[in-house]
Amino acid sequence: MSELLWKSAKELSEALSNKEVSAVELAQAMLARADEVDPKIHAFLKRTDEIALEQAKAADERRARGETSSAFDGVPVAYKDIFCTKGVTTTMGSKILETFVPPYSATVVERCEAAGLTMLGKLNLDEFAMGSSTEWSAYGPTKNPWDLERVPGGSSGGPPALIMSGGVPWGWGTDTGGSVRQPAALCGCVGVKPTYGLVSRYGIIAFASSLDQAGPFARTVEDAAILLMLAAGHDPMDATSIPQEVPNYLDGIDAGIQGMKIGIVKEFTDTEGLQPGVKQRVDEAYTRLERLGAELVEISLPSFQYAISAYYLVAPAEASSNLARYDGVRYALRSDEGTDIVKMTSRTRDEGFGPEVKRRIMLGTYALSAGYYDAYYGKAQKTRSLIIKELDAAYEKVDLIVSPSSPDTAFKFGAKTADPLSMYLSDIFTVPVNMAGNAGISIPCGLSPDDNLPVGLQIIAKSLDEKTMFRAAHAFEQDLGFASDPGMRPQI
Amino acid sequence: MSTTASEMYETTVGLEIHVELSTNSKMFCACPVDFGGDPNTRVCPVCLGMPGSLPVPNQMAIEYTMKIAAALHCDIARFHEFHRKNYFYPDMPKNYQISQYDHPIGTKGYVEVTGDFGTKRVGINRVHLEEDTGKSTHVGGSGRIADSDHSLVDFNRAGTPLVEIVSEPDITSAEEARAFVTELRAILESLDVSDVRMEEGSMRVDANISTRLTGAPEYGAKVEVKNMNSIRSVGRALEFEEKRQRKALDDGETLVQETRHFDEKTGTTSSLRTKEFAFDYRYFPEPDMVPFEPDQAWIERVRGSLPELPASKRARFAEIYGLSDKEIQTLTTTSATAGWFEEAVAAYGGEAKKISNWILADLYGLLNESGQELSDGKIAPAQLAALVKLVDDGAISGKQAKEVITVMFETGDDPAKVVEERGLKQVSDTGAIEVFVDEVIAENPDAVEKIREGKDGTLGFLVGQVMKKSRGQANPAMVNDLLRSKIN
Ligand SMILES: [Zn+2]
Repeated sequence: MSELLWKSAKELSEALSNKEVSAVELAQAMLARADEVDPKIHAFLKRTDEIALEQAKAADERRARGETSSAFDGVPVAYKDIFCTKGVTTTMGSKILETFVPPYSATVVERCEAAGLTMLGKLNLDEFAMGSSTEWSAYGPTKNPWDLERVPGGSSGGPPALIMSGGVPWGWGTDTGGSVRQPAALCGCVGVKPTYGLVSRYGIIAFASSLDQAGPFARTVEDAAILLMLAAGHDPMDATSIPQEVPNYLDGIDAGIQGMKIGIVKEFTDTEGLQPGVKQRVDEAYTRLERLGAELVEISLPSFQYAISAYYLVAPAEASSNLARYDGVRYALRSDEGTDIVKMTSRTRDEGFGPEVKRRIMLGTYALSAGYYDAYYGKAQKTRSLIIKELDAAYEKVDLIVSPSSPDTAFKFGAKTADPLSMYLSDIFTVPVNMAGNAGISIPCGLSPDDNLPVGLQIIAKSLDEKTMFRAAHAFEQDLGFASDPGMRPQI
Repeated sequence: MSTTASEMYETTVGLEIHVELSTNSKMFCACPVDFGGDPNTRVCPVCLGMPGSLPVPNQMAIEYTMKIAAALHCDIARFHEFHRKNYFYPDMPKNYQISQYDHPIGTKGYVEVTGDFGTKRVGINRVHLEEDTGKSTHVGGSGRIADSDHSLVDFNRAGTPLVEIVSEPDITSAEEARAFVTELRAILESLDVSDVRMEEGSMRVDANISTRLTGAPEYGAKVEVKNMNSIRSVGRALEFEEKRQRKALDDGETLVQETRHFDEKTGTTSSLRTKEFAFDYRYFPEPDMVPFEPDQAWIERVRGSLPELPASKRARFAEIYGLSDKEIQTLTTTSATAGWFEEAVAAYGGEAKKISNWILADLYGLLNESGQELSDGKIAPAQLAALVKLVDDGAISGKQAKEVITVMFETGDDPAKVVEERGLKQVSDTGAIEVFVDEVIAENPDAVEKIREGKDGTLGFLVGQVMKKSRGQANPAMVNDLLRSKIN
């Protein structure tokens, strides 16, 4: 069975279709792999073995009847523990939601279930998706399968760690400032931040509503595109969801990038803290793109320099409001120390939230305060408009933009927790995409010569142009051969 | 020249009215909007503020709000945006309220009010849409939160669409405030967008009242008065508050900005809290929704679909029915009442004044006792018309009709049926009356003599005797005529 563990979802779909394997066997194999690797990497916050096997059984029964819910009926999946799953604890990596069992599932989960995917479990994240390492998870960090002394990135650290341990072919994360792309880069897999509004946010616990977007992880670009297609598309339950048909991203994915114009951001070339090994691999990636027929164009996006500062006003501001509902009145944690409503609420929040969450609530509350609103939140929103304007102008000249996904490879535990700013800078290349609302993908572009750890290349498309983005990413992936090379897997 | 107290000071009142809309579903979810019901039965993840739930705006609520704005002569915004108003309160599920801030749906409107003070326009500063909160019940102690054992929260009301209407501080007396609320309530009622029941809380009025020396450049300290549960309470509370503030100033006290609670029983206000600090609501645009621009056609359609508003209705009633202002005022309190009246007039076909008299003099008395609205009662407009016709035709006397209407009010039966069943038919048959008249003349020779001598007052006694014999069923006018002709 172990040869199944590293197959892509697309290959598993074929194996299921050819009756080479059953959905139950697949689920069993993946769960057995979890038994093996999870004690080392701690990707799971909750395993849902029973549900997985039950769903797999149902998938097999459908197939036996000659029916399938989709071509991927019976393929396993796992979710960052930010997606509400009906009847299954959803903790958001926080003590405050330790006992929260949602009576509903996120639209993403519902759609994947409708496609017949079997749920293996709920995966680790930084508390409330705030962080770049999973070190802020209230339930302990996830470890990078490439080096167990290093972080997998974050906030969606669980899914890529499990995927790159052969525990599941694909999974769902969310990306508010880089929380899919950065851990994908650090774990050596593919991670997508789709256009804001492409995937419904219903049932995804909010961090920063105007930036949050669900995104798929996978080992191949095609798998990522497929998983995205299974859940994308308009949802009447989300007022920010885009009422538009989702194209088939696989159509023409093999067409190559001959003649494409690809922008390189001038302001990113001398980014402080950019590791030499990362710079080397990314520069090589640019050359590879050129060799594949793309024309590289230098573009200037001055506002990108302010993206991080603006982001750390907008995101905490929205978070301070989104997290106000955790007051102990209606669900989950309630401190029994309070003797009145004010004490009960403040004790509950004090006990339930960790340090990074508290820091961001305070930052955000301050940014929205009377007298400071214009200087902070107001200005941040203006910066955001400027980023969008500059990007629009850039896309007049280029089809795609490329950059590193992260300034460094997987760092050691504790390296950045004492200095929040250094942690925040992990997202320097990814944050502008969330601020503008367009699409981005991180794909592996080799191992860094410095430390033999994966490096990610980010490809940024304009809003709703995921198709072009996948086409270029697929062309690069096929040429590099990283994903298909068994030598390019962590030894775990 | 002396200055009276009422000239020395001037009162400034601004009102904030919250109106729950009677849409089918709540503001941001599909839960039904309804009154009452077991606690926490009309709730869902959205209106409970559960993690991951998202608000989707109710288009009907937006249309209702545009309707209200149009009826209040407001400009209707071409750009709609919701904001979050952040503060912690246990019956507010998300600990922020989705409301409107710098882009209210309606601005710069007015309501024209009439009373003993004349006619004046009270400006409308804004009309905006938001969501209602749940309701807390404090158990133990006095029932207030401070000394209670514990509190219970019911979220059935949470998320009900709520429109806030803010007046300009154009109101200068309790009477004007009362007239404004009455008129506003009538307008909202005619739009059929809310139950507008102050007792049930579907219309809630808060007042800001201040007093200053006449002509002073600055307003006095603003006092917010809460807990006025009827239009009458608004008048009483503001009358009390006006007197209290004037007396305080007379006594050399300094008034402070505060919130005061009106006590229905004592008719007085007492301080709830002083505003030591202003709440910082940290308003910011609601990121779970996108701002939108209603197209001009929609706005035009809303403006074009307004029903006849109370002011036009009153003008029409004066013109075609020839009623007094007082009568019109009462008959147009609600559009249902006005509709009922018009239906009765149409069924009757005669003088509208007669219908009005029956409604105001008789039906209202009965309705007040039972606390019903005209349109809720058992009597149909056509039945009242039929009753008045019976009187016109002399089939029953006016006195009998009053008995009949009391029965109709209880049973909802047709007047003819009541008359029949109770044997109330007025005897207008000359022959039958003549028998009684002859008997009475024969039995009362002294009285007959007196009348012949010109003492007319005695005629009434004889009429009474005839009526007695007929057990009240004789037509008194005919009895009168017969007695006269027989005696003389
Ligand atoms: Zn609801």
